[in-house]
Amino acid sequence: MATAEQVAKEAERRDIRTRWLLSAPALIIIFLAATGPLLIVLVYSVLTPGPYGDVKWQFSPEAWVSVVMERDIFDDTLSLAAAHVTIFWRSIKLAVVTTIATLALGFPTAYFMATRSEKTRDIWLFLITIPFWTNLLIRTFAVLQIIRNEGIINTILIKLGVVSAPIQILFTDTAILIGMAYVYLPLMVLPIYASMEKLDFRLVEAGYDLYANRFQVLRRIIFPLVRPGVIAGSILVFIPAIGAYVTPSVLGGGKNMMLSNLIELQFGQGRNWPLGSALSITVMIIVMVALLAYVRNAGRMEVRHG
Amino acid sequence: MANFSIKHQPGFTAVATTCFVVLYMPIVVLVVYAFNAATSTSEWGGFSLKWFQSAWQNTQVIDATLLSFQIGSVAAVLATIAATMAALATTRTVPYRGLTFKYAAINQPLMVPEIVTGVALLIFFSRIKISTGYSGLGYLIAAHTAFCIPFAYLPIRARLENMDLTLERAAADLYATPWQVFRRITLPLLWPGILAGLMLAFVISLDDVVITEFVKSGGQDTLPTYMLGQIRRGITPEINAISTAFLLLSVAIVTLFFFVSRKQD
Repeated sequence: MATAEQVAKEAERRDIRTRWLLSAPALIIIFLAATGPLLIVLVYSVLTPGPYGDVKWQFSPEAWVSVVMERDIFDDTLSLAAAHVTIFWRSIKLAVVTTIATLALGFPTAYFMATRSEKTRDIWLFLITIPFWTNLLIRTFAVLQIIRNEGIINTILIKLGVVSAPIQILFTDTAILIGMAYVYLPLMVLPIYASMEKLDFRLVEAGYDLYANRFQVLRRIIFPLVRPGVIAGSILVFIPAIGAYVTPSVLGGGKNMMLSNLIELQFGQGRNWPLGSALSITVMIIVMVALLAYVRNAGRMEVRHG
Repeated sequence: MANFSIKHQPGFTAVATTCFVVLYMPIVVLVVYAFNAATSTSEWGGFSLKWFQSAWQNTQVIDATLLSFQIGSVAAVLATIAATMAALATTRTVPYRGLTFKYAAINQPLMVPEIVTGVALLIFFSRIKISTGYSGLGYLIAAHTAFCIPFAYLPIRARLENMDLTLERAAADLYATPWQVFRRITLPLLWPGILAGLMLAFVISLDDVVITEFVKSGGQDTLPTYMLGQIRRGITPEINAISTAFLLLSVAIVTLFFFVSRKQD
């Protein structure tokens, strides 16, 4: 005779089996069209390039060497690949500066939104959601029209007599930076707003009562409490920024390549799929390091707030 | 200290206002120039709808739009079904072995930069294309479905977790079978979440440039990849008109989404 305990155990096992069945379609689709192919990239990064793209099934560490090194075609000596290093440096620099710029603009914006009355808050939230869901390419194109030589900024500057010839912004690193800060700003504002909205302003009041000035309140009370939102926003901006493709290729022109453009080049004209794969894995590693830092930070936060 | 407000921080309002102005200015300029009669995009030649007309008569634009909608709706429906099932499997349960793995797997597409997923799919699908000879829409639909799943999953899961279990328990007490409970109680309560997930998935699919660019076969341009190609060739006011129409569609979907998810409370 089955005891009550056995019956309960059997029910639990059945429940877990149902749960696996239910999640199977999502897991299978994601494995087939997202996760699995990443493993193939890993394998491709240690193979030999084929003559017309693709690979020869022959082990070679060459792609990984080429990520930062250059082999001299005459005497086979290795030297630092200046072009690749420049692109790495530019990508990381632009991603970091974009994160900082969106934070500097996004933090006060989120604060402003969170301190409105409940009804108007919804309107501000709606206003930030619209650019967020507007196609990134369209927003990049909109920026393109503003900053190009015949664009609004240059037209106004010339009419005001500030400059006599248009300033070349387009096809520079600055253009990429402006574009990325513009398109990723909502990604920073939304998570900060989410944690700011929960902020208990009685703590702020207590701070003022204890003679803290505005700056001290901001630094010692508000900032620590919304830190999870700040970290989440930074990670949400940094990840797409380091792998950004659309914005650099539209605003940077052909010369100011970022990592994504270099990867694309290897799969297209470069016909060096292993190198493209090794570069892709390198981008993944950078993202992973950023995510790990995030997880460690977020973990600490939870402990502190119990 | 008469007007001391604890919520005020010096300069914050100014920055916020600037942010909103800066966010909307390029979009407004883009829309205004879509109605420009001049052929050049740098001068104003009077109000005109001719660029909308020319976009409307451009078969490439129409084909790309139809393809975008086709892929978007199939991928969004598939992703929402898979995400709903996955959400039911991962919420309202005691932790079990594999649960963390499921969260990680479902959110994986969010963690990887699009360019990396793009080339990974390029490699994988080009192998399949060679060995099977099939080069239809299946690849694009599979790719879009995969990266839409985490977006569809988010609102559905949130809805499920905030749902009150009392009604379901009451139904079960009244001898409803598990299927009846799901059909009559859970599903109707979950519906706003599913609808929100579906809309998010559709917008995400419609927005994608990078992955589509790497996965598509010849002649499979979606609206964004078509536009990217055009922008690289040079700016014409027609692109402004297409962007404006696309923008209106996004605003409509966001507005709908906003109200659907607000209704939950």
